[in-house]
Amino acid sequence: MPPKPNPAQSALPPVQPWPKVVLLSWLVPGGGHFLLKRSGRGALLMGSVVLMFIFGLLMRGTMFHPQTGDLLTTVIYCGGFIGDLSNGLLYLVTTLFGYSQPDVAGHVHDYGTKFLVGAGLLNILAIVDAYEIALRKKD
Amino acid sequence: MRPSMSLSHFEASILFALFASVVLGVVTKKTDQERLRYGVRCFAYFVVALVGLGWLMWLGHR
Repeated sequence: MPPKPNPAQSALPPVQPWPKVVLLSWLVPGGGHFLLKRSGRGALLMGSVVLMFIFGLLMRGTMFHPQTGDLLTTVIYCGGFIGDLSNGLLYLVTTLFGYSQPDVAGHVHDYGTKFLVGAGLLNILAIVDAYEIALRKKD
Repeated sequence: MRPSMSLSHFEASILFALFASVVLGVVTKKTDQERLRYGVRCFAYFVVALVGLGWLMWLGHR
């Protein structure tokens, strides 16, 4: 007699290769969760990251470009660039359309810059979460 | 170019706290109830820190 399928196991999503999940999660915030049939969580992640990025653009935040020099400059500019780049397609499309905001004084611009980097950093958390779901380390 | 959206420090910080709390709640916990509770708690911590630091800076500038 064939063994009965475990209901807990049959509820799990089909196994997806993690590089595909990670790539999709990076390009489209929450996309990896959608691929893994975690639509509700994917929608929340997508909404948060995309809205935060759009608010950053509306506040005319600056995009970082990698720059080296002393340690603090390297950490801030390279780290900021990685944060911006982590927004995936949002960053790529925005720069492709020529968004270029010079770094000017003002608290709104400053918050905008932080929102753009923050959205990327939140997307890194979403990527790691999707990676762990793909490896079945978490549900 | 001037920003097309102008928020105060408080509004911008609250928005940041809201988005960060949603993501932290979603990626950290295992059940939906735990996620909701953790997200709300994170947001409350953000707001408490925000108000506390605001008062601290106000007192520092007196």
